[in-house]
Amino acid sequence: MSKRYLLALYNNFEEAEQVVRELRTSSIQGFNAADDMVIKSPIEHPEVEEFIGPKPVKVQWFTLFGATLIGSLGFLWVASTQANFFSQMKGGKPIVPIPPDMVLTYEFFILGGVYITVLGFLVCAGLPARRSPLYSAKVSEDQIGIMVKAEEGATTALKGIFAKHKALEIQEEVGR
Amino acid sequence: MTKDIREDIAWAKINQDVLKSLETPRPAYWVILAVALSVFGVGLGCEIYQYQMGMGVSNLDNPHAWALYIGSFIFWIGMSHSGTLLSAILHIMHADWRKPIYRFAEAMTTFSLITAALFVAVHLGRVWQIYYALPYPNERWAWPNWQSPLLWDAMAVFTYLSSSMIFLYVGMIPDLAICRDNMHSGWRKKLYTLMALGWEGTDRQWRNFRMTYLTVACFLIPLAVSVHSIVSTDFAVSQQPGMHVTSFPPYFVAGALYSGCAAIISLFIILRYVFRFEEYMTLPILRKVVRLTFAIAMVWTYLNCVEFAATWYGHDPAEKAVLVQKAIGPYAPFFWTMIFCGSVVPFAMMVKKWQTSIPIMFAVSLLLNLGMFLERWMIISPTLSHDYWPWQWDHNQWPSMIQWGIVFGSFGFFVTLFMVFCKVFPSVSMYEVKEMVYHRSLHSKKAESAAPEGFVAEELAVKGAN
Repeated sequence: MSKRYLLALYNNFEEAEQVVRELRTSSIQGFNAADDMVIKSPIEHPEVEEFIGPKPVKVQWFTLFGATLIGSLGFLWVASTQANFFSQMKGGKPIVPIPPDMVLTYEFFILGGVYITVLGFLVCAGLPARRSPLYSAKVSEDQIGIMVKAEEGATTALKGIFAKHKALEIQEEVGR
Repeated sequence: MTKDIREDIAWAKINQDVLKSLETPRPAYWVILAVALSVFGVGLGCEIYQYQMGMGVSNLDNPHAWALYIGSFIFWIGMSHSGTLLSAILHIMHADWRKPIYRFAEAMTTFSLITAALFVAVHLGRVWQIYYALPYPNERWAWPNWQSPLLWDAMAVFTYLSSSMIFLYVGMIPDLAICRDNMHSGWRKKLYTLMALGWEGTDRQWRNFRMTYLTVACFLIPLAVSVHSIVSTDFAVSQQPGMHVTSFPPYFVAGALYSGCAAIISLFIILRYVFRFEEYMTLPILRKVVRLTFAIAMVWTYLNCVEFAATWYGHDPAEKAVLVQKAIGPYAPFFWTMIFCGSVVPFAMMVKKWQTSIPIMFAVSLLLNLGMFLERWMIISPTLSHDYWPWQWDHNQWPSMIQWGIVFGSFGFFVTLFMVFCKVFPSVSMYEVKEMVYHRSLHSKKAESAAPEGFVAEELAVKGAN
């Protein structure tokens, strides 16, 4: 059976929250609220996470990995260039001077942290992405969108819930 | 007007107002752009002349090899500070009044860093050998000296520039999606579509976006502090009298924040007018920036006093001679102008009425930046003209018109890049202004419902006025 996408638009977060809560407690066959529901909003609204339920963020692991890896590699690079066989005579000074190398390691640490965090963001947020089957420019303006993916048989019940909470607009499209 | 922003602005209107700035600015925009391009043209002409004739035309000599070029380098690095650093600090502290002004401040950071980087090439003379500055080994496999602060500097500036650009871009992605959705077809539409990366504002995207933005902000704060303290080590690690000063790193960071804040005030006023952003870049927000600038001005003044006192009461005659030279020698007019602009003029910011006066604050911000430019020049030239030995004394060194021309040209270069950016990309963050309006209206509603009638309005009015 083919999947269908529905997008309902609402005026504000309060209305959207009521819909989401009802969808999460409903038991519509062919629709799973945890996996098949996406909230689209024009602003970052931390309260959305409260009503859609906990979802993990893993960007910080990229940060830890990137900063540690690039910081360590940076130090190894600098130290190895100082300690190579052809290095000039140091006149009794340390071959690998730790204090000045720490300055560079610090910069590498931050460089790696920032770059890999952004890479992690792209991976975790699924960007760059193709336009999803249903999209309304109103979502980037002032409306809250609730997009659901469901079996064909579940669409009537879902539309009913959307309409009950006075959706401004409901769009529908056959999925891929 | 007592509130930072009106809480009843419709979200659609925010989009409309900001998108309008990308299409039809006031005619003053084109005047500013034309003047900036002309000034840049003068600087470019001077640089081409210097390139063809050699460094002699700049009137630099040995030991006076740095002068305005490196002074300008520090000035532009310093100006870059407030944008990203303040944006990151205020973001972490949830100071939401940053939201209408942080985008242009971050752009200012990026473009002033690019301008600063130009001076590295300009002061070299042999521009075609700029690649010598890259860390690669020579034919005997000896690498550059990693212990040199100049190399730390290159690394720090590169890290700061690239991280600031990333911070600016990541923070702009949701707005680029708005531009993509609202622009008619053409090169702009293609550009925004490409840069928005398919952003749709899903909960997954926002969740990861928030974490990323916060993390990068956390990295940028120590990075920004490290950049200017490393720039200060270019001088402080040397043995030159007047430069070998322990308090240089905090002094440089305070000076950088100071000039950056002053530049934010100037650009705030310019953008507010040319793009008709009166509803977003409001006078209460200007007042907050002005107060912040005043506080930093006092820190800078204090650190100046520390430096002078340490030199005066120290036992290094060469150090003391440089300080005396600054105060009564050939550079005295510039030194005292620096003190006046940097430590006396900011007291105008204490007058409550003037804090929101556009003409007065514009004039004050320009004077502050003049003071900060002179400060950077006064770090370099007095020392190089009055070193340890009499044969090194070079009191009559004066930058040639070519040197001045290139320095003025850099201002044209910066303003050109900045104004083009503000015309192509939204200089006010639409989604964050919406958040600000939304959360403030929620807060007001909650306060109204919790407090006795009449009390809240009175309290909010008092808070806003303060």
